[in-house]
This record gives sequence, structure tokens and C-alpha cells, in this order.
Amino acid sequence: MYKIYGYLRKDGSYGFRNHILIIPASICAVHVAMQINSVLPNVVVLNHPYGCGQIGADVEQTRRVLTGFGLNPNVAAVLIIGLGCETITVDSIANSIKNKPVATLTIQKCGGTINTINKGISIINDYYEKFSTQERIETDLSRVIVGLECGGSDATSGLAANPAVGFAVDLLVKEGCTAILSETTELIGAEHLIAKRGINQQVKRDILKIVHKMENKAMKMKCDIRGAQPSPGNMKGGITTIEEKSLGCIHKAGKSPVMEVIPYGNSPTQKGLVIMDTPGHDMESVTGMLAGGAQIIIFTTGRGTPTGSPISPVIKVTGNPHAFTTMSCNIDINAGEIILGEKKVEEIGKLIFEETIKVLNRKLTKSEILGHREMAINRIGPTL
Amino acid sequence: MKKALLLNKKDNVATALKDLKKGTKILVNMDKTKLVEVILKEDIPMAHKFAICDINQKDKVYKYGETIGVAFTDIKIGSWVYVHNLESNRGRRDKIKGRRCKNV
Repeated sequence: MYKIYGYLRKDGSYGFRNHILIIPASICAVHVAMQINSVLPNVVVLNHPYGCGQIGADVEQTRRVLTGFGLNPNVAAVLIIGLGCETITVDSIANSIKNKPVATLTIQKCGGTINTINKGISIINDYYEKFSTQERIETDLSRVIVGLECGGSDATSGLAANPAVGFAVDLLVKEGCTAILSETTELIGAEHLIAKRGINQQVKRDILKIVHKMENKAMKMKCDIRGAQPSPGNMKGGITTIEEKSLGCIHKAGKSPVMEVIPYGNSPTQKGLVIMDTPGHDMESVTGMLAGGAQIIIFTTGRGTPTGSPISPVIKVTGNPHAFTTMSCNIDINAGEIILGEKKVEEIGKLIFEETIKVLNRKLTKSEILGHREMAINRIGPTL
Repeated sequence: MKKALLLNKKDNVATALKDLKKGTKILVNMDKTKLVEVILKEDIPMAHKFAICDINQKDKVYKYGETIGVAFTDIKIGSWVYVHNLESNRGRRDKIKGRRCKNV
């Protein structure tokens, strides 16, 4: 049994960070949110350009992501700010967040930028007074959702970083944890292997279906998927084809069975390993998993990447010994020792597992120390 | 340390574990009883692949015991395997009906 401590929310979920979050309902409220942030630097703002001029499944997906961030247990309290006339209303987000205090403001009703900033500062200030003394309570790994990601991969990712993460994921799943494998694009060419691990026929079919759909999306552009998948950096790092990238990527998911396939930004309904249907774009993929409730992200890289997340710690693992040296301020774990023959996959895997426990218990990751809070919401429709 | 890694018996490429120079002799462990000797025909950057047998045009290239694409020229043993001789047919619409966009 591993001791972890979290912040208990009203719905029984546990957060491992205690963020106060401002959700702009649309781009029109972003500046106001950022100004509040300049007075209260610890507040987290979801800086995104959407929320208006969207319809159908696309607007629902954006709303689901914004709401999902609000619901994420790492968030203690939420302020939603809108202009007042956008497609995604502040109330449509607020009404779905029932596990914590939520306040709303609209700029048109408050009477402009200055009044909204002043009211916002006052609300956030009260939140800090309330939540800065919240005590953590002992819980266990069955309350944890881990998001798995890779970005800036090279051919060491599939040989070292991803297999080591896969070893850690098997340990986490054994302890009752939920792990999300994402990046449907990076299953192309490896879908037959991952589909075999589906817990039942439905899951096997779902895996093949999302991969087929993603490949068709690429085909609709009537050009070559190379350049995006693999990216120029992937290729420079020794990954020649999307199949090669995918076959390396799936090592992140260890050997556990796949329990379900969930849409972008949805919460898992099963424990164990699940797949979320996201693009291969790392920030859009991480954003989807955070909206789905991931309280921590394990992120592998080969070339090196600095990105973090607004609300959940990101543990960076590289399999490239050179990247670990040149970007040591950004990388938490060196799996490059596997490539150098100095450590075994299992040893680094155990280290990643132990680091996950430490980070859940509030150890800061490199991207948290540096203040990286990147996010990107995946769009599936036109702007109108 | 090992110079190169063969991931599966089925594979016809191995991965360089450090920058390797042209002319370097590599012993690749095919299985417990068989060692294949490869003399590199060109420099191989770290994490890149080289052929451990002759690969003919249109042959599948295997890594992880799975196909990672098709050779579009003959590849001699010891040669660098990369975008100049290996390509994927997945997610490719540029090859259909003469449409080709050069974004690589």
C-alpha cells in the first residue's frame, strides 16, 4: 500500500493540487481573466480562443472540455467569466460543476472591464482565504487517473522512455489506478496489437473504428500525412514512418487489457487502462485527458519538450541521454540510461512509479517549477 | 555499451544506440545461435536504423517484429534506412489519382 494524500472534493474525488481556476467562457473574457491573474499570480486561467461562433458537436466538445477542467479534482474552486452574449454561456458551464464552489460573472452585466476585474479579484481572494488551509486526507491510487502522453518523440522513445512508462503503468494499474492512453493518430500501424488487448469484442471494434476514422480524416486532406505524422523532428530523430512511431508509442500503455474507449474530454467509467480518442497533437491530447479528470500526466519525449499543463503536474521522461543533458531544466526522469546500457527498463519503470507517488504528494515537477501551463482544445467543426 | 539493438527476430533493420561511423563492424544477435555481421556502408546517427540483410524494392521493412513500411528502392546490408528508401502507405492520399503534394 502506497500512502498518498489528497484534497477531498464534495463528490468524493481527490485532488492532488489545490488550484483556483478562472474559466473564460469565450475569448472575449480572456483579457479580464488575465488581468485578475496579474493581481493574483497563483490563480490559473484557461487561456483559449473559443466559446463562440461554434455549433453542434464542436461547441459541445468545447463546452465539455471547459466544464471538465472545472470538474477536475485538482481544482478547489472556479470562477467562470463570460462576455454575456457568447454561444457557451457561463451558466451552461457552472450548472455542470457540482463538486466545488463555482461563481460566475459576465462583463456586460458587471458594467465593463474594470468592474469585472474588481469583482473577480474579490471572489478569487475569498477562495484563497478558504482553500489555502484545506488539509489533505490519506487516500489510495484507485482514486487517481493518470494521463499518458508523448511529444517530440524520437526513436529512443519506443526503445527506452515508453517501455519504462509502460512498466510503471502496469504497476499503477495493479494498484487500482486508471491510466488513459490517448493519441489515436499514433495508433495507426499498431492498432492490430492494441485492439487484441480489448477486454471484449466491443472494445476491440471501438479501437479499430477510431483509428480508421482518424486515418480517413488525414486522407481527406488529399496529401501526405508525413510532415505532421511523423513530424520533421520525429524523422530527424530516427522515426521514419507513422507505423514506426505508433509501434513505439503503444509501449507507454504497458501490458494491461484495454477496458474501454472514451470520446475526447470524457471521463473514464472503468478502472484500469482505457483509451481516449484524441489527436496526436500533444497539447490537444493532454487537454482532453485533463478534462476527463486526469490528476497527473506522464509525458515521454525524445527530442525534449518543455510543456506543462494548467492544472495537473506533468512528469517528463526522456529516453534520449543527449536531450536529458541539454534540456535538464525541463526533464524529470532520465530513461536515457537504458539506451546507454546502464539501467534496465524495469529499474527506470520503478523509478517513474515512485516519482508518480512523490508528485501526487506535492513534489513539484520541472514544468510546474517553470510555470508551464499550455493547453489547446481540439476543434472538430468550422468557426462560423 | 552495445552499439546497436535488434528488437525482434523477424526484423530486417537494427537501431544504432550511438552515432556509428561508416565501416564499423557490428555483430547483430539474430537469435541465441546465430550472429550476423554487418559492416556499415554509411554513417548511422544515433537512434536511426540500418539494414541487417539485403532488402529488395517493395519488400516490407520490419522493426519490433511488425511492418513499419515498404522499401521503395533496393537497400543493401549495412545501409541507412530512412525517408530516402523507406515509406509508409498509411494515411497517404497524395498517391491516389496522381495527386501529390510535396510537404516532406
